[in-house]
Amino acid sequence: MDTSTLPKAAELATRAARNPRWQPDAALPLHSEIFAPATQGVGAGAAFAFARQALAGGGVSVLEERSVLWVQDARAIKLGGRPYRAGLPENLRHRLIHVAAKTPEDALFAMEEGLRCRDLAVVVGEVAGNPRALDFTASRRLTLTAEKHGVPLLLVRLEAEADLSSARMRWRLTSAPSAPPRWNVAAPGRPAWHAELFRARAHPPGEWILRDEPERLAAERAPEIAPETTAPDHGDLVRGPGARSLAAL
Amino acid sequence: MAIWCADLALDRWRHSEGCQRGEGPDAAPLALITETAHGPRIDAANPAARAAGAAKGMMLADARTLCPAIEVRPSDPAGDLAFLERLALWAMRWGPWSAMDAPDGVLVDVTAVAHLFGGERRLLADVAARCAARGLATRAAIAPTAGAAWALAHFTGRGGERGAILSPDEDMQARLADLPVAALRLDNDVLLVLKRLGLKRLGDLAGIEEGRDRTGHNDIRGRDAIQRRFRNRKSPAANPLVRMDQLLGRVPEPLLPVVPVTTPMVQRRLMEPIRHRQLLDTVVSDLAQDMARTLEAKGEGARRLQLGLWRVDGQVLVRELEMAAATRDPDHMVRLFAERLDDIDAGFGIEMLRLRAAWSQPLGLDQSDLEAAAEQHGTSLAACMDRLTTRLGRGAVQRPVPRASHIPERAQGWQPPLEPEPAEQHQLAFHTRPLKLLDRPERISVLYAAPEGYPRRFSWRGEVCEVARVEGPERIAPEWWREKGSTRLRDYYRVEDEQGRRYWIYRNGLATDGRGGMPDWYLQGLFA
Repeated sequence: MDTSTLPKAAELATRAARNPRWQPDAALPLHSEIFAPATQGVGAGAAFAFARQALAGGGVSVLEERSVLWVQDARAIKLGGRPYRAGLPENLRHRLIHVAAKTPEDALFAMEEGLRCRDLAVVVGEVAGNPRALDFTASRRLTLTAEKHGVPLLLVRLEAEADLSSARMRWRLTSAPSAPPRWNVAAPGRPAWHAELFRARAHPPGEWILRDEPERLAAERAPEIAPETTAPDHGDLVRGPGARSLAAL
Repeated sequence: MAIWCADLALDRWRHSEGCQRGEGPDAAPLALITETAHGPRIDAANPAARAAGAAKGMMLADARTLCPAIEVRPSDPAGDLAFLERLALWAMRWGPWSAMDAPDGVLVDVTAVAHLFGGERRLLADVAARCAARGLATRAAIAPTAGAAWALAHFTGRGGERGAILSPDEDMQARLADLPVAALRLDNDVLLVLKRLGLKRLGDLAGIEEGRDRTGHNDIRGRDAIQRRFRNRKSPAANPLVRMDQLLGRVPEPLLPVVPVTTPMVQRRLMEPIRHRQLLDTVVSDLAQDMARTLEAKGEGARRLQLGLWRVDGQVLVRELEMAAATRDPDHMVRLFAERLDDIDAGFGIEMLRLRAAWSQPLGLDQSDLEAAAEQHGTSLAACMDRLTTRLGRGAVQRPVPRASHIPERAQGWQPPLEPEPAEQHQLAFHTRPLKLLDRPERISVLYAAPEGYPRRFSWRGEVCEVARVEGPERIAPEWWREKGSTRLRDYYRVEDEQGRRYWIYRNGLATDGRGGMPDWYLQGLFA
């Protein structure tokens, strides 16, 4: 048995370890997937919110200004557009590096090279659809690279089916109505998302409304609470008829 | 060293016909012609035609009367020039840089190079052998100045090899005194003037310059007299005095090399031409190691590397590489080159490789062995950017930077990832901007608009959005100093629909601005 996967005593002392349900200050696994519709900016926004939460909580000093790599394939750019500097989080603006890959293969290459780089804080990938190149092998490869070099990867999947993947946490996100801002209640407020964690190693699945507060990520229970499953979900490798079967690989 | 291809045009024609000198089609009298305003004129004539009386510069009609059997082909001056450029590149095998000497010569700098070939005589023999193998009739000469080498190459028919080498300790003026004034590379009309003045040999001209004529009588005003005669000729080709000074090395003569001169360079000559990728990789890795040592000695790192591969058949393949930050890590170079060598066609083999750092920057000594360190701690940012740029292209890896503009899509520019950000006036952050901007604003159809002007319901990409919250308008006027007067202003709204989708939409113009009909609505950005 691999003892390194077991929780350490120091981790068990924290609140997050005693409560297996996911909390915003839980540790960010090194490879997460976020499924989001392509007509919304939800995926990248949530990815940056997760990354910020993890980097702030993980004890990584913010003074150490490392770059952030944002990889998009051509279809993701066509569907959802390119990053816009003036709309990025304030502390990320000057250290974003954008990679416009033509094909999903190139995007996977760029993500893997990014994960190998010690000078990057986080790698955010955006891949549209279910390309053939992004199969379980590629996904496993990314996980291993991320875990070897300790650079977190947040892979945003636009308009994609949840097929086989080795991501440690898989989210399905859509936008949610935002809280009205203080000074103009008629205006849209800070981003809010309806998040469904449907597969994770360490946490049972659940649904939340995530709110991107100025300093942190706030989570509240979704209005309709899913049936409680306390045991961690290890199954669910092949989903529904839409997912690719093993024979198709 | 000057190399003169005496019969460049004819040699090229023979090569295209695939025949040897004086055999096959070349045995009959033949001339290469160009059409001029006065009829066809002969550019070059082969030995048979020359024997029959045809000469360069003659009208074809005159030549036909002398030799009715003469064949003609059109000449190809542009092709000759292109060939000469390739020849100049190829001639860099004998020296670090070479210059074209149009229309039919090449100049190579062989300063302190000859000993590598076993002396100047052997170098000239090598030149003659290599050129003969390519079917080129050449004459080469080595001299301390380019002008002297040119004169010797063109005008020392006799004397053989011995006559073609002028060493620096010889008396240059005495050696060259017997050459005709045409050896000064002058224009034809200047040559005519000199002929009329009775100055036929370089010795005559030099004598006048020094103030003595052929009888030894002193006349100190000689040089002044020639100076006055050519006082308004500034270009060297029109002024014999300037050319004479260049010939003797009294004034510098700048030459334009075919490849700009740069310093760090390593090369490998191979005993056997290589044809296989595996061997090529080995040699490239050797070169990279040599280059790393060379750069380390200079305290520099390479930003741009150029790998030249000399093929047996005279072709030179060049592969370039540019790096995001100065480096001299041999493994990194090899890794980057490995991707660029996939499409190399070795032909009959590659006999020489040369690696040049065309652009280098100072780089302090630091920890070596980055590749092993990369296994442990990951690569550095610069190395990562290099790998991405080499595979995906330079336009694919970029960093967004602010630009001075009000128009949202123009307020952001892109630049290479590791360049410093340009100095920028602080941007005013009154308004929230979207996280992502579409490459082109997409038109939305408004189904129902509120009286205040913003849409209450619109459809985009086939989905209907019921607007629940809105902020706006934020009016952005067109930039009149950049755009046409008919450009319409934009009223931006930040909207959120009932499901929480947040968009940035704008109305292009006002109904009453007189710049077109009813304004259209566009969706430009997506909020998180």
